[in-house]
Amino acid sequence: MSARIYLPRDAGALALGADAVAAALAREARARGIGLDIVRTGARGLYWLEPMLEVATPSGRIAYGPIAPEEVGSLFAADFLAGGAHPKQLGRPEEIPFLKRQTRLTFARCGIVDPASAADYAAHGGWLGLARALALGPAATVEEVVASGLRGRGGAGFPTGIKWRTAAGAKAARKYIVCNADEGDSGTFADRMIMEGDPFVLIEGMLIAGYAVGASKGYLYTRSEYPHAIAAMNAAILAARSGGFLGENIQDSGFSFDLEVRVGAGAYVCGEETALLDSLEGKRGVVRAKPPLPALQGLFGQPTVINNVISLASVPIILAEGAKAYQDLGYGRSRGTMPIQLAGNIRNPGLFEAAFGVTLGELVEEIGGGTASGRPVRAVQVGGPLGAYFPRALFDTPFDYEAFAARDGLIGHGGVVVFDDSVDMAAQARFAMEFCAIESCGKCTPCRLGSTRGVEVMDRIRAGRDVEKNLALITDLCETMKFGSLCALGGFTPYPVMSALTHFRDDFTRAAAQAAA
Amino acid sequence: MDIAMTDEHSRHAPPPPDWDAARAGALIAAESGREGGLLPALHAVQAAFGCVPEAAEPLLASAFNLSRAEVKGVIGFYHDFRRAPAGRHVLKLCRAEACQSMNGAALAADLLARLGLDWGGTTADGALTIEAVYCLGLCAMPPAALFDGAPVGRLEAGRLAALVAEARQTGPSA
Ligand SMILES: Cc1cc2nc3c(=O)[nH]c(=O)nc-3n(C[C@H](O)[C@H](O)[C@H](O)COP(=O)(O)O)c2cc1C
Ligand code: SF4
Ligand code: FES
Repeated sequence: MSARIYLPRDAGALALGADAVAAALAREARARGIGLDIVRTGARGLYWLEPMLEVATPSGRIAYGPIAPEEVGSLFAADFLAGGAHPKQLGRPEEIPFLKRQTRLTFARCGIVDPASAADYAAHGGWLGLARALALGPAATVEEVVASGLRGRGGAGFPTGIKWRTAAGAKAARKYIVCNADEGDSGTFADRMIMEGDPFVLIEGMLIAGYAVGASKGYLYTRSEYPHAIAAMNAAILAARSGGFLGENIQDSGFSFDLEVRVGAGAYVCGEETALLDSLEGKRGVVRAKPPLPALQGLFGQPTVINNVISLASVPIILAEGAKAYQDLGYGRSRGTMPIQLAGNIRNPGLFEAAFGVTLGELVEEIGGGTASGRPVRAVQVGGPLGAYFPRALFDTPFDYEAFAARDGLIGHGGVVVFDDSVDMAAQARFAMEFCAIESCGKCTPCRLGSTRGVEVMDRIRAGRDVEKNLALITDLCETMKFGSLCALGGFTPYPVMSALTHFRDDFTRAAAQAAA
Repeated sequence: MDIAMTDEHSRHAPPPPDWDAARAGALIAAESGREGGLLPALHAVQAAFGCVPEAAEPLLASAFNLSRAEVKGVIGFYHDFRRAPAGRHVLKLCRAEACQSMNGAALAADLLARLGLDWGGTTADGALTIEAVYCLGLCAMPPAALFDGAPVGRLEAGRLAALVAEARQTGPSA
């Protein structure tokens, strides 16, 4: 019998050398005449420990990490295949505090199962949500999602069940499910991890959505920057099709549904749902005015449910375990769990799925361990490039849609990017404007021209020229963008800019002060 | 997404040396039956020839029943589509916030200065193109890049220099 090792093929683990570790393991095993079965999983999301391998032992999995290829020989010498002691031994992965503190629902299988195996998915509780949906019928499935309180995880937090109800009620011969897997926000990687680590859960979520609203075709729109996720999804779709989970008359239910991956071409704005639909139609990714709602007139003018990866991937467990179990977790109007992504200058970066309500300070200091550089934390940007920068003074803010909004911020897709005290917040404000200028779809003037103007004004401020006048100008410009933009790219770029100015004003006046001194 | 600028760039770009209109036509035809097949067709052309040359525009226009201006507009909108091939190797360096938090901007600026390039530029020996990207989902190991499609994390100056040296020593990767 050969020994079994689990090692991620997740892009994050690859970026830290997982393939070289796999090659060293295979080489060393061959040299020692040991049969080794290396299962390439997704990642658990403890990225400071990657490449992290897990050995299957009779008493469960034992983890080792972070492993460099040169250390592989010493692992064999320490009899790691039997869970032997080694300086890099981490014990049972579930007992690592970062993981132990989490409530993993959406990510229950990620890092554990073989993402290429439909059988492994089934063996770990897969397809139970679909089975329950098929037993409930479409209308009750929609109501189950409504009752769970699930809100869209792509950023806007709109109740998923309500969106489904609208699409279900629309009369049309053809309806679509579109999965928004464009994940463009800096500091976010939860969608990528699910697609690479548990792609079948996303397929199952889309199937349930299709069944619930009466759609027979799904598209998953993802980004060209995610080649590994694209490959993993395509492989899983093939496996699901040959297993009878996609195509005609799925599992003899009479329900038919098929699914296709489409790849964007480097445009952040195509994550906005209506721009995404235009891009899927083969057009420029320009934002559409609403109404009409996509749920009524979406892709090719047909009723379309468009949901984020995490929204859809959370549906199977909601159906399998019942809406109440999900709705019982959370804080205020934010129900269930949120996969929070700890990123940037942070000691313990990774994926932290927890019920809403954990505070920003707990996330950054306790769970994240402070900065990677060892310097003090100065600013944290939550919610991607359109999210506000929060100072430590706001660390008591609970992770909750309304609590962040009350402090002029947003949780967006759950990305938390930490900066130490070397950050220049005026430079960050300038970048926010520059990013908006680069990615604007061009439809509205305040966004298209205002952002370019904003870069110029920030350049003058950073050069110390007419600072008070230019600060008034940038504030005005932000007001204009906020109220005169069709979508959140132009409308929310003021969040990072104005939060930087409000909380870190010294960085904007320093150049002028120095010139005066 | 300035279309005028893209046209400016493309005006004098001849098709790549391996341009083959018949092959391009077949690739485009294979996608033209799909709903919204224009983006898949553009990706297929770029995968085969390293870019979407002007010469592809009439083929795309007739396959998708669009005007040539419409095709141009779509190509120009997306950052990914190139009008001329990149160098033999491509380094996509992340410029976004999580990578900035770990000194990514200075690292990138130094590299570009040392190579005498702007974003999107190619070294004179044709070995390496440096492209800006905005997040690779590798924000837990910043600064990050894709080197010929392979993810690289926790970049520092030494590692970048090694990647440049590798690009200059080797032929195109598969
Ligand atoms: C500029 C911009 C970019 C966006 N990018 C994404 C994205 O990458 N992924 C995503 O799921 N939603 C993104 N959104 C939000 C979508 O427009 C939309 O709210 C979401 O797809 C709805 O799905 P949900 O309800 O499941 O969150 C973006 C919005 C804007 C304005
Ligand atoms: S705000 Fe900007 S990105 Fe959004 S629709 Fe207007 S121009 Fe396009
Ligand atoms: S911000 Fe650089 S990889 Fe996400």
